[in-house]
Amino acid sequence: MGNVENLGARPDPVVRVDSAFFWEACERGEFVAQRCEGCERLWHPPRPMCPICHSTEKSAAALSGKGVVMSYVMPVHPPAYGFAEPPIAALIELEEGLRFVGTLVDVEPASIRVGMPVQVSFAATSGGKAVPVFRPTEDIT
Amino acid sequence: MSRRAVIAGIGQTEFSKDSGRSEQQLAAECVTSACIDAGLDPHAIDGMITFALDHSDEVDVMRSTGAQELKYTVRLPQGGAASVTSVVHAKNAVESGMCDAVVIWRAMNERSQYRFGQPHQSLSPDAHSSTFIEWCFPFGAQTPAAWEVLSCGTYLDTIGVTTQDLGRIAVILRRAAATNPLAQFYDRPITLEDHQASRWIVQPWLRLLDCCQESDGGVALLVTTEERARDLRQKPVRILGAEYAFCFNHEIISDFYEGDLTRLHNSEAVTKRLTAAAGIAPRETDVAMIYDNFTPQVLRQLEGFGYCGYGEAKDYVADGHLDLDGRTPLSPNGGLLGEAYIHGMNNFTEGVRQLRGTAANQIADAQTVFMASGVAGAILGI
Ligand SMILES: [Zn+2]
Repeated sequence: MGNVENLGARPDPVVRVDSAFFWEACERGEFVAQRCEGCERLWHPPRPMCPICHSTEKSAAALSGKGVVMSYVMPVHPPAYGFAEPPIAALIELEEGLRFVGTLVDVEPASIRVGMPVQVSFAATSGGKAVPVFRPTEDIT
Repeated sequence: MSRRAVIAGIGQTEFSKDSGRSEQQLAAECVTSACIDAGLDPHAIDGMITFALDHSDEVDVMRSTGAQELKYTVRLPQGGAASVTSVVHAKNAVESGMCDAVVIWRAMNERSQYRFGQPHQSLSPDAHSSTFIEWCFPFGAQTPAAWEVLSCGTYLDTIGVTTQDLGRIAVILRRAAATNPLAQFYDRPITLEDHQASRWIVQPWLRLLDCCQESDGGVALLVTTEERARDLRQKPVRILGAEYAFCFNHEIISDFYEGDLTRLHNSEAVTKRLTAAAGIAPRETDVAMIYDNFTPQVLRQLEGFGYCGYGEAKDYVADGHLDLDGRTPLSPNGGLLGEAYIHGMNNFTEGVRQLRGTAANQIADAQTVFMASGVAGAILGI
């Protein structure tokens, strides 16, 4: 999934017991989702129990990191905390069917459109952690 | 004979940018005002309902109001949705026979003491369903306005809504507020040009005039039985129906993990049950008090609560149906955008005033009012 890029100051993630696996994977440059070991379904946001089979056994499943933009927002006022330039946060529908909010990078706000394909990579945070970021894919057919 | 719940009293402080006193004092003042309005001794309060986000403890509100013995207390989740869900609980508490005098309050110094609209990062280890922090904050979506746009952007884009469409909602609400002396924006109407010229809060959808303003103030309701209200001061306002629907994998503001994002699944579920319970549909009521923290919320709720068909809300607005002289006037107090943002509760006091016939912008012969906060709806009547 690639190395962690340094794209300037970003806030650190908020890490909880039930989501730590996700952020640990980010530090390794892996984009993952919770997979239920009982029924193999994927879930995001993470949760302690599978709502279908009620198993609490879970693992981290690697995702393709490909998705499309469903909506996006660029906060102007007040400025977003921890960012040097106004970030663009987007709701992304991942190839695997999960939805995930991430930051769009390397894109002009005016060129963003709903349905635009994107691919994940990782950026460093101010505290040395890593978070997923998404950039438009070049191979749009 | 069955007990029927009514709203017998309403109370509110002034709305401002700096109340100059504690939230506990605002709570005590608005609760006491609601009792005085009803003609009921605050010592007789036997149930208390507020928002999970409210900072005033029941013990403290009792110490100031003198309430002697509570039989029921509950603090409600899901942000401003609690404005309408509070009445679901009050109705049940009264009609079940558990309580005779339930107060509901929301008191906040969200402007002077803390800034509700600024970046949030507090998160408890058990998260409290706050994906809007955990799964939004690190990516730059850190305020209610940003979460709102991530939630509504798919709808706005799919339907082809324009910022002018949103601006028309702001104009309606500010025009109403301009003739409501209780409103923070009293005597300050705006035009669509003002809306279009106002600065961006979050691109590409919300300008300053699409957003409610943080406000200080307190608002309270007193709910009792119809029978008891006969001996009180005010014309009672009946709660014809009050319903809510929290559906799987949905949440209040970062509500984009489930289903078709162009529809409000929760609101659609509420509409069916509420229409059956009240015997009247939201669109058939005389006044539409629809939660308007941001303008897109009004569009999506118009469709979710059945005022118009899928994708038709922008035209419903443009055709004038929400104007004060329209088919279903929208929040004649100016709503949360124009009057104040006391987390939706000030829309309730306006709904009651409309039915008493005492509102600043009185809708002629209002018999029924629809109260909406996304996942919840209530129909009030006389
Ligand atoms: Zn499972």
